Amino acid sequence: MTILIQVAVNGIMVGGLYALIALGVVLIYKSCSIFNFAQGALLMIGAYFCWQLLVRFGLPLWLSFIGTIGFATIMGLIIERFCLRPLIGQPILSAVMLTLALGYAIDGIVLLVWGGTEQLFPVFPRTPIVLGNISLSQEYLWSFVIALILFGVIAAFFRFTMSGLQMRAVAEDHQVARSLGVKVTQVFAQTWVMAAIVAAIGGILLGSLQGISTTMSMDGLTAFPVVLLGGLESTLGAIVAGPLIGLIENLGALYLDPIVGGGIKQVAPFVVMLVVLIVKPFGLFGQKRIERI
Amino acid sequence: MRPCGTFDIGYAQDMAIVRTRLQWVMWMGFLVFLFSLPAYCSESLLTVIYTIAVSVVAVFGLYILTGLCGQLSVGHAAFIGVGAFTTGILASKFGWPFWAAIPCAGLSAGIGGVVFGLPSLRIKGFYLAMATLAAQFIIMWIIRYPAKSLTGGPGGLTVPYASLGNIIFDNPRSLYYLIMLVTVIMGLSAKNISRTRPGRAFIAIRDNDLAAEVMGINLVYYKLLAFFLGCFYAGVAGSLWAYYMIFINPFQFSLDKSVWYVGMLIVGGMGSATGAIFGTITLLGLGEILTVATPAISRVFPDIADTLFTAGTKVLFGVIIVLFLIFEPRGISHRWEIFKASYRLHPYTY
Repeated sequence: MTILIQVAVNGIMVGGLYALIALGVVLIYKSCSIFNFAQGALLMIGAYFCWQLLVRFGLPLWLSFIGTIGFATIMGLIIERFCLRPLIGQPILSAVMLTLALGYAIDGIVLLVWGGTEQLFPVFPRTPIVLGNISLSQEYLWSFVIALILFGVIAAFFRFTMSGLQMRAVAEDHQVARSLGVKVTQVFAQTWVMAAIVAAIGGILLGSLQGISTTMSMDGLTAFPVVLLGGLESTLGAIVAGPLIGLIENLGALYLDPIVGGGIKQVAPFVVMLVVLIVKPFGLFGQKRIERI
Repeated sequence: MRPCGTFDIGYAQDMAIVRTRLQWVMWMGFLVFLFSLPAYCSESLLTVIYTIAVSVVAVFGLYILTGLCGQLSVGHAAFIGVGAFTTGILASKFGWPFWAAIPCAGLSAGIGGVVFGLPSLRIKGFYLAMATLAAQFIIMWIIRYPAKSLTGGPGGLTVPYASLGNIIFDNPRSLYYLIMLVTVIMGLSAKNISRTRPGRAFIAIRDNDLAAEVMGINLVYYKLLAFFLGCFYAGVAGSLWAYYMIFINPFQFSLDKSVWYVGMLIVGGMGSATGAIFGTITLLGLGEILTVATPAISRVFPDIADTLFTAGTKVLFGVIIVLFLIFEPRGISHRWEIFKASYRLHPYTY
């Protein structure tokens, strides 16, 4: 029983991180209707950049954090201006392929600049908190809390600020937004910057948990099942589905791994995704669109 | 665009792939050239050529599935893996000859394709791409864990050389003939599909699936047929892959391979079989140039020597695909058509 609870708690904590990665994807989908497959790569380059400032240059944590945010901002702007804007009006397939190819290009750049060796990246205290029989690792708890805070910030941003309102208008209808004096391209740029920043924060957290390596962009892939389960346009969906996927993969690994021989942790999210796609393609909280085939 | 003075005087002529006598001569010349290459090429060059040919077969499958029928698949490498492992199991455990193993590999991958194509009846576009992404991971997982006793799991499988009577296809020259023969057959049938009833149905579904259904095209049947054919090609490519790699393991069929195959199709041009060939040659040719250039670059920058090739491939392929998507979404085959039109019209402009 203790094992079960321990595994479940671990799953939910990891899920918080998935939720954070998924949040970036949802942000972009909400206003640009583009699914960003490069989120994992953005995550990784953010983590490596922060590590470079913190460990190699020896800057204090707060300064390297600000530096990383600045770097993410520039990345977001460049990607939006030079890669995505020329594709406005092109078929969906182009956008999918573009973000996929872009992700691999960023992967390659990281590999060229920082090499393939795994690096340690300590940010949070490592001593676990013990509650009864269950130990809670502090760094997971921290990242879960930060994910929740970010979710709150983003939700508030969409509800209470002018630019948040503009983003929602753009998501609704480009033409209407334009006629109301919203600069659609500017909103796109803002969205990509926000998504890149969220990715960088996610990268720093993920890196501090398991060290930074070139497999991090693969971890970004786990965010896709989360996004689809939660619903493409729903930030709430991401925050609910993240822990859910974390729970499913960890419990699945506990019970099914001995039967099938392993690997459940990697494949379970995608099985869930396939089921979601067949049964309920718009996810738990997504907008129900009628799309007849 | 036809050259001046070339007219069709019958339906057969209108449908023909090869229209004029000159084209026949050029085709035959090309085939003779292709099959005479082993006589005067070095073995390393032959290896490069048949590696590209195997990828061309795989991209032909993607051309049918994505280019003609419009169903985006980012799990193509997994179906190639299914074909490769089917061949591996049939050849190493049951001793099947290659002429039986290659079609069976195609069939098993095709059936796998139909299974994972089932979601296409309910979802399309981006959602379908996600379903094929799931297929990529689930198939690779099945090969690595539950089917471990058959496939050797992560350790992989050793495939015996293909043989026919006394001929053993164990050196580049003989392998070249085997792979080229299969590639030419598959290429001609891929080219032919676009003018048959299924091919027309695929194009109609790609352009507007509702309109296609109204015209009496059975969507369920033709979408699944597209998945079957596309993955059949992948399976055959996988089978050839197994026969020349000799050693196969699940890591050879990773997600990035799937992405590169779609990339080759995009670089070449979506809707044309010739484009599939152009795109594959372009990307893989650049990859080969990188392989050749790697030692020289690592001498200049020794820090990055060990990651240069993997990272360089990713950057190079990624950037090229991005550039093509932005500047020439219709691919090289569109440029080729423009070139053909201009020389046929020469010296006039239209």
